[in-house]
Amino acid sequence: MSQRMVNILVPVVSVILGLIVGAIVMLVSGFNPVAGYSALWNGIFGDTYNIGETVRTITPYIFSGLAVAFAFRTGMFNIGVEGQLIMGWLAAAYVGQAFEMPTGLHAVVAILAAAVAGGIWAFIPGLLKAKLQVHEVIVTIMMNYIALHTANAAISAISDGGEKTDKIYPSASLASEWLSSMTQFSRLHWGFVVAILAVIIMWILLEKTTLGYELKSVGFNKNASEYAGMNVSRNIILAMVISGMFAGVGGAMEALGTFGNMMKMTAATGIGFDGIAVALLGANQPFGVLLGAILFGALKNGGLNMPNEAGIPTEIVSIVIALIIFFVASGYLIRLGLEKFGKKNKDTQKIKEGK
Amino acid sequence: MEYVIEMLNIRKQFGDFVANDNITLQLAKGEIHALLGENGAGKSTLMNVLFGLYQPEAGTIKVRGEEVKISDPNKANDLGIGMVHQHFMLVENFTVTENIILGNEPTALGTVNIKKAAKKVQQLSEQYGLNVDAYAKIEDISVGMQQRVEILKTLYRGAEILIFDEPTASLTPQEITELIQIMKRLISEGKSIILITHKLKEIMEVSDRVTIIRKGQGIGTVTTAQTNPDELAEMMVGRQVVFKTEKTAATPKETILEVTGLNVKDNRGVDRVKDLSLTVRAGEIVGIAGIDGNGQSELIEAITGLRKISSGKVLLKGQELTGLKPRKITESGVGHIPQDRHKHGLVLDFPIGHNIALQTYYQSPISKGGIIDYKKIDKLAEKIIQEFDVRTPSASTEARALSGGNQQKAIIGREIDRDPELLIAALPTRGLDVGAIEFIHRRLIEQRDKGKAVLLISFELDEVMNVSDTIAVIHDGHIIDTVKPQETTEQQLGLLMAGQTVKKPSLDKVGGE
Repeated sequence: MSQRMVNILVPVVSVILGLIVGAIVMLVSGFNPVAGYSALWNGIFGDTYNIGETVRTITPYIFSGLAVAFAFRTGMFNIGVEGQLIMGWLAAAYVGQAFEMPTGLHAVVAILAAAVAGGIWAFIPGLLKAKLQVHEVIVTIMMNYIALHTANAAISAISDGGEKTDKIYPSASLASEWLSSMTQFSRLHWGFVVAILAVIIMWILLEKTTLGYELKSVGFNKNASEYAGMNVSRNIILAMVISGMFAGVGGAMEALGTFGNMMKMTAATGIGFDGIAVALLGANQPFGVLLGAILFGALKNGGLNMPNEAGIPTEIVSIVIALIIFFVASGYLIRLGLEKFGKKNKDTQKIKEGK
Repeated sequence: MEYVIEMLNIRKQFGDFVANDNITLQLAKGEIHALLGENGAGKSTLMNVLFGLYQPEAGTIKVRGEEVKISDPNKANDLGIGMVHQHFMLVENFTVTENIILGNEPTALGTVNIKKAAKKVQQLSEQYGLNVDAYAKIEDISVGMQQRVEILKTLYRGAEILIFDEPTASLTPQEITELIQIMKRLISEGKSIILITHKLKEIMEVSDRVTIIRKGQGIGTVTTAQTNPDELAEMMVGRQVVFKTEKTAATPKETILEVTGLNVKDNRGVDRVKDLSLTVRAGEIVGIAGIDGNGQSELIEAITGLRKISSGKVLLKGQELTGLKPRKITESGVGHIPQDRHKHGLVLDFPIGHNIALQTYYQSPISKGGIIDYKKIDKLAEKIIQEFDVRTPSASTEARALSGGNQQKAIIGREIDRDPELLIAALPTRGLDVGAIEFIHRRLIEQRDKGKAVLLISFELDEVMNVSDTIAVIHDGHIIDTVKPQETTEQQLGLLMAGQTVKKPSLDKVGGE
């Protein structure tokens, strides 16, 4: 089997296997898998409203995936995307409702504020790692809790004891009547354009800039980087900060696009943690992350339709979706299987040819 | 002759790259058969074929006369083939026995019977004179002992044929002598050995026959007793090899490096360089001879800015280097071939081309306005790969995939290409074959002849004697004496290195001869 065939077959077989196992779970639980999957399909592509909502769901996953992937590529493990995203959300929501600025500029300033907030939140673990060798995983996990409750307190303070911030000014909003009306009034907003820009920015940063070369070098081998005259501490901190900035802008998508404000939360959004899976699905490549986020977001959004249309409880839906992603992520195993299968065929052929 | 292993006309290919072409190796029962070749000649590939890690494209393998297909290492184990790896595969915080039975544990009712295993290990150890304590922890025993554990591992699994991959690379001279005795003992107990190496001295000492491969081609098999190191070297490299590099007398000029009263601490805060003074002039090679651990590493790290200086001065052409950042020092004209090429010299996960640009990636013409031009990097890399004979499929091959000698040539190319005023070469030939060593020595002398200063640090007396114009002997953190290579002997150097100052009269005598 040619390498190219394997490359094409792996994701296809993975998804099919995931669907089959998901179907078995539905059957065993007493639900009709055909109805279930057609509900999933309709939830993703059923009409323009669903397509709009699917794209909207995908957008923050792109950012959280990029944040995790960027850290991975530069030798860091950023589990704090969740917290950085929350801080970005808060910053964007605040800038959006507290100041008045011209349309467009306002949104840009709010997005930059979110990037700065996410960056600052990641700067702390980066600094601790670079100067005191404190492991970034522990610090970033703890920073997630701090972010959640700091944001809740800040929302109280901003809204005089309320449960959510005021709506942002329209000048800061990414929402678009045109997009919305095209998609039967879904919450689709311009954020997806920003997300695609972010994918391109990460690619340029890593593959085209001197800074990217340094960040990767430090991520791979700190000793050799020091030998080559790079400032290792600065690069460690920068790697975290840039990762946090991606996460922060992801939060801005929720503030300026989907919700238009920020409300108190009792638990993390989950987008940051799912970002780890998205990054790994995308092999930590910017364009891979885009594909991973599309799969993740589409299944998440499509899954919402399964209880309504097919009466499948959300718990089962979560299992089915997790199974599909699980099989895609196990692509390596399937690749191995395909290659073995291919080899066997070749061997049998040889025998047939009398070799 | 009765052969236990026959590898006939083996061919192994990776893409367009032919790693093994028509290689034949026949191992007779009870012999030590050396497999000789330069770094990257295809020795490891051939052994990986025998060990079932690679499948050959052509050729046959026979074990005890029967044709076999070795599909994986387990199959090789079943056939009685055991490999003693160059880089040991041991769990540091397990005991000797635990390591040996790993993956092959004798269990009864779900529990491991360690005692039974330890008894067998001890028994094997005695039978082959290995002197290994079955209950010792790996982290507590010496490198030589760890290697014996690797040997025991293969014996425990019933190996009849042992492959030793560069076994002496990390051993002390004493340990090498002991290893040679162990190998002879193994033979007397009926085992057969394939010894992979590029050290001619060891081959002459221990092997019965030698199979030579060069650039993936089988050159032939000779009987050790009927050959000599010169002939072997020629067969291996494909031309005559000069063991002693020819050079003209040095014509030293102005002082380039001046170190005065240098004190440096190691990571634990212990003084390692003590009040050391040293001068290197343009147009000379100063060799620092000394036993490992006498402050050499700390000295180089201090000069290159990688380690803090407690007190003292480092001047380059009269300009203060003390306390400068590594990059400033590099830019002021210092080239550094680091002691540990994997730790400091290379980013192993980067393509070799990126590594060649490691010191210049941020400068014009490679980088402009923060944007890096990878095409320029490839161009530079291709130039150095060609000029320094780095054998790699391409500039985009990961550095990790290259053999040690080719990795080293890339580093040396990178440093020399910048044409530094001072070139520091720390153990530049460690682990390399004679061809590569000769090449590197010539390059160092070339730098000298161009009027540059070269500081060479080496643990090999041959190297220091051959290459240096002046030898500074380091002991316990300071230069104990400075001698001319033509006015001293290895014995005298050895004494100096051990810290015994040679009495003046005897030196005069040598000088007068």
